[in-house]
Amino acid sequence: MTTEAGSETEVKEKAEESAAQPDPSEKAAEETREVENTEGEEKEKEKEKQKEGKEGKGISRYLPTWLKKQKSQSQTSPTKEVPPSEEAVNEVTQEEKGPAPEVNGHSEEVEEKEAVKSEQVTEKEAESHSNASADTEPAKEEKVEESPEKSPEEAKVRAEGEGAEKPKEVEGEEEGGGEGQTSIFQSPLRLVRKTKMKLVVCHVTLLDGTDFTCEVEKRAKGQYLFFKVCEHLNLLEKDYFGLTYTDSHEQMCWLDPTKEIKRQIRSNNWQFAFNVKFYPPDPSLLTEDITRYLLCLQLREDVASGRLPCSFVTHALLGSYTLQAEFGDYEPDQPRPLDYISQRTFAPNQNKEMEEKILELHKSHRGMTPAQADAQFLENAKKLSMYGVDLHHAKDSEGVDIMLGVCANGLLVYKDRLRINRFAWPKILKISYKRNNFYIKIRPGETEQFESTVGFKLQNHRSAKRLWKVCVENHSFFRLNAPEPPTTKARFLTLGSKFRYSGRTQAQSRMASSLIDRPAPKFERTSSKRISRSLDGAPVISITEAGRDMAENGRELHSDSKSPMRVHGDSIYVRHSNLMLEDHDKTQEEVLKHQASISQLKRSFMEAPPPSPPQPNQWEKRLTSSPATTIRIQQHQVVSQPQTEAAAADNTISDTKEPSKTTEVEIEETVVVQEVSKAPKPGLVKVTISSPAEQETREQEVKVGQEVAVAVEATAAKQPSVSSESESEEEAEYHPNVSVSISHTQIPEEKEEEEEQQKKEEDKPVEQDTSVPDAPSLPAAVSQPVEATSREEEEPRKENAGAEMKKKEEEKEGERETEESTDDPMVTPEEAPNGLTLPEESVTAPAQEEPKMNGEASLVEAEARPQVICCSEPPVVKTEMVTISDTFAAQKTEIATKEVPIVHTETKTITYEAAQLDGNGDGEPGVLMTAQTITSESLCTTTTTHITKTLKGGLSETRIEKRIVITGDCDIDHDEALAQAIKEAKEQHPDMSVTRVVVHKETELAEEED
Amino acid sequence: MANMCPYGRFTHAVVRGIPETFGKAAAAGGGCENGEVSVDLAKAQRQFGCLTGALRQKVGLQLIEIPPDPELPESWRIEDVAVIQGDTALITRPFKQQRRSEAEAVRRVISELNLTVVEMGAEEGDSGGATLEGSDVLFTGREFFVGISSHTNRRGAEVLADTFRDFAVSTVPVCGGARLKNICSMGGPDTIIICSSDGAKKTLRMMEQLTDHHYEVLTVPEESAANCVYIKGPSNRDFLLHRPAEECPESVSAFQKLQDYTLLPTACSEASKLGASLSSLCLLVNRKHTYF
Repeated sequence: MTTEAGSETEVKEKAEESAAQPDPSEKAAEETREVENTEGEEKEKEKEKQKEGKEGKGISRYLPTWLKKQKSQSQTSPTKEVPPSEEAVNEVTQEEKGPAPEVNGHSEEVEEKEAVKSEQVTEKEAESHSNASADTEPAKEEKVEESPEKSPEEAKVRAEGEGAEKPKEVEGEEEGGGEGQTSIFQSPLRLVRKTKMKLVVCHVTLLDGTDFTCEVEKRAKGQYLFFKVCEHLNLLEKDYFGLTYTDSHEQMCWLDPTKEIKRQIRSNNWQFAFNVKFYPPDPSLLTEDITRYLLCLQLREDVASGRLPCSFVTHALLGSYTLQAEFGDYEPDQPRPLDYISQRTFAPNQNKEMEEKILELHKSHRGMTPAQADAQFLENAKKLSMYGVDLHHAKDSEGVDIMLGVCANGLLVYKDRLRINRFAWPKILKISYKRNNFYIKIRPGETEQFESTVGFKLQNHRSAKRLWKVCVENHSFFRLNAPEPPTTKARFLTLGSKFRYSGRTQAQSRMASSLIDRPAPKFERTSSKRISRSLDGAPVISITEAGRDMAENGRELHSDSKSPMRVHGDSIYVRHSNLMLEDHDKTQEEVLKHQASISQLKRSFMEAPPPSPPQPNQWEKRLTSSPATTIRIQQHQVVSQPQTEAAAADNTISDTKEPSKTTEVEIEETVVVQEVSKAPKPGLVKVTISSPAEQETREQEVKVGQEVAVAVEATAAKQPSVSSESESEEEAEYHPNVSVSISHTQIPEEKEEEEEQQKKEEDKPVEQDTSVPDAPSLPAAVSQPVEATSREEEEPRKENAGAEMKKKEEEKEGERETEESTDDPMVTPEEAPNGLTLPEESVTAPAQEEPKMNGEASLVEAEARPQVICCSEPPVVKTEMVTISDTFAAQKTEIATKEVPIVHTETKTITYEAAQLDGNGDGEPGVLMTAQTITSESLCTTTTTHITKTLKGGLSETRIEKRIVITGDCDIDHDEALAQAIKEAKEQHPDMSVTRVVVHKETELAEEED
Repeated sequence: MANMCPYGRFTHAVVRGIPETFGKAAAAGGGCENGEVSVDLAKAQRQFGCLTGALRQKVGLQLIEIPPDPELPESWRIEDVAVIQGDTALITRPFKQQRRSEAEAVRRVISELNLTVVEMGAEEGDSGGATLEGSDVLFTGREFFVGISSHTNRRGAEVLADTFRDFAVSTVPVCGGARLKNICSMGGPDTIIICSSDGAKKTLRMMEQLTDHHYEVLTVPEESAANCVYIKGPSNRDFLLHRPAEECPESVSAFQKLQDYTLLPTACSEASKLGASLSSLCLLVNRKHTYF
């Protein structure tokens, strides 16, 4: 499992630590060890999965029996698992260390085991150990979840479920190093530990009223249980949901996924409820019907209980959709009418009149499928003013009873039923609580000068904290692109909760779910136990069905897991990308889209850019916009942007609310990564894959996954230990706007903070960029020079990172942003042409096919990137090698003249050298093809282009040299001009790639760019 | 919600004729804001006729006219008596005691239209002290704004919120003794017409603060122009009844900005002397309420 490399190393380290102090009595160390162990175990599990993959579902199936005999486990499992294979061994060696301490830690609990394990330790038993743990896990799962009869299917299910989450888990593991880190992805694999830990039976009340019972280790974290439940429900879009428990004060609390369950519930009552935590503002954007169904169940309960108030008509209407979804068409023949309706609760004060109305409306829904009925239900429910509003009792500053409602848009203040105030997230600068006071600091309005702070009194500090947490989470979920890293350094010195939302944001969730590509899982609709048609068997059935579905997926997954590249990434992406590969029906465009969106997501993951206010919309836009669009936009920007800026742009961009911008940057890097990976192993993916594009997608995803993981780790590192948070904390702060801020003025600060990071990121992409283009055409030869150049570039770039540059860039960017917004609409329509051009290219330049296939995005980016490089250091004369696999006729249009930032008079001399093109050149050797003058409206730029094509022997290589001189007095964006020139050149020779770009820039003005 | 469709679709209008006692209410009631105003009854009736004519013939609504009752000098301000949204009508409790009997006839008509009638006055205990008048209620299609004014109090707004539970009901201050609808009205499904007075601006700011939605705002310089009646008629055309140029010379040009609207200048000078305006004279109902 080379893929695991990252996590493994982590594990190793930890394991070593723990190994160092194997003292069994050391309880203190126990915790940390546990974490480590779990990681190790998780890996083991993965291993196991892999095995399963290889062997079929075989092993796991048998495990249950072992489970029951815990003692023998460790011994038996080794024997059976001996075949594990080399990978296993490798891991084992690493894990070995981890497990050993673990044994000690758990010794009290299972002495016998301990003995066994110690033996293992001495030997090379690592394998056995790991295996043992891995095996036990499945067994338990089965035990808990399913009845023995189904064991075969269960096995499948399990395998699949695990498989599905596996990637995530991987991430989780990586993060796990930090214990308590926020990743949502932490693995359910904890199960492994069970053998050594005390197990506790958890009861989870599901939305349909059924109970789900599940055994978890006493020390399991919240997300373990949560994942188990989701697995049971066959739910992929989990981010909207959560588990609740009732605390000792009879208050309902959300189970923090990153913390141990035991520490949260603080009682022996392991009773939970599965609930919707974040109500999606537009449920129609959910990907799967099953998610909508669960949301419906929650809403039905909300409505029936009165939590979600609605009018008589609405009650009736919602009720009628419920009937339609659950019973299908109204059938007059059946004697059900009013009786069965009156058995059910549709509204808090349901009466005959309402029931009749429900029936009447039900009749009108004839022909509607359950899924449609659910959708209609949601369409209506989502418009209710209290939809998704989480109410908290409070008093205002004058002691008047009010309600505070937290929702997707912000904080609402109600007095009785009346809305008396509202604080949208963008207006809130800080959320904090102190003892039983809850404060929000409000951004000054246009006419006001000072920030104001509004305080509310809650019943006690617990409720204040709960409210605060809900706010933090809702803000993060709905407003941020990515969860905010818990704290800055400064925070370390402060007291209080460092709690932050740890899950995926809505944006991320949407992105992830847009990749869901499984056949719609079947499930039985029952709104509550009371309704009986399928009552007895319902849950079971659904499980089995799920199991089947999963089994299929699971198989696919296995293959993935073998591929080294995949393991690193977030599981969901990986998984789905894989599915995509097998889906031949997908058009390339679709694939590209996915790709682009993925990369976007990943980027946002990595950089945790500040949220942009209109985020949901933004996402929607992004999702719908084709890669082409984004790319184009990107080009503009990139062209005009100096490099450092580009990096900065990542942050700023998101701030600006401009979907396009964010996209641009994201795509760039991702693509780059992807191509790089490709270069070394050209043949790698093709196995199953028919189209190169798909292949790339996969790779890309994988890579991206890695990045993400890294980013996550970083976050984790920053995060203060979660354990520090406890109920005893009496205050905490949260600055939503730090990340949210859109204003340009804030950008500088952020930059400074993230400077390092940015640099790193930049460097990375750059290297890749240069190498990327080469990969397709001339992998070996070109790549080396490229690297060299990239290195050279890095330095200057860093210099550029200097404050001065930043300022300039910022300013520029500011301008650009504004400009862009106007440009956007224009750009979008052009998507189509771009897409069309692709095919042409591929035809003309066979050698480059692969890159092209990858998607427009990648191509474009490749271009853009290099350009950026060229322009980034204006005063410096640089030489770079840039290979561009290009092609596009439509690109010229992409350069929006509007975008031109104001550049003071400066003269740049830019020399492009295109070399080593693949042969389909149309020109005659040595012939001057064109002398071209580019005059764009606002630019007084003259570009002269000399094109020389040289035909090399049999290879029919064509070489084109273009010399472009751009001279201008003022108001010229040379970068852009350059970019445009390049593009035009490309347009003219779509089948060529730019292999060399030399930029010579002379700036005569002291204050060159502004 | 089911009831939530773009603002402006109506099929019926309920109006009530101008009694001979028009304008006498102030004197009778004693100490009212318009005590000294002299009004032209005939002119008022003519204007009323123009309004109903426009609603019926230009816009194409079915008009239900409740005959005037001399005993109820203010009964022509029918908007105050009920708040209708979807198929629910809340019979309000006007601030003035003597106006509360105006509701009877309205209630009858509304019932005939098969609307669900909700009584505000029914629960004396619960809503004791609550007053609410329709001219303080701005329904935007997405939510209610209730102006807390001299005639409408918070309790009244609560009753409204309780009646129309699907919608957010926000309270906003109305300054200067005016009514909410004196300073603003709907000019389209997402358009609020509001006058540019300071008080109105304050109210608008509050509305913007409280809403989750975004509304276009059409600002008119004169308060008299701020009260319009927007109706998307059966023909699917946008109609806007507004005060004619004589009554608001500076604002008429603003209405021209509304694209593809059929503008119907409708005089209302007499009623406005009594603090009323165009919308005060009619209750709009949508009987073709469709669920989607």
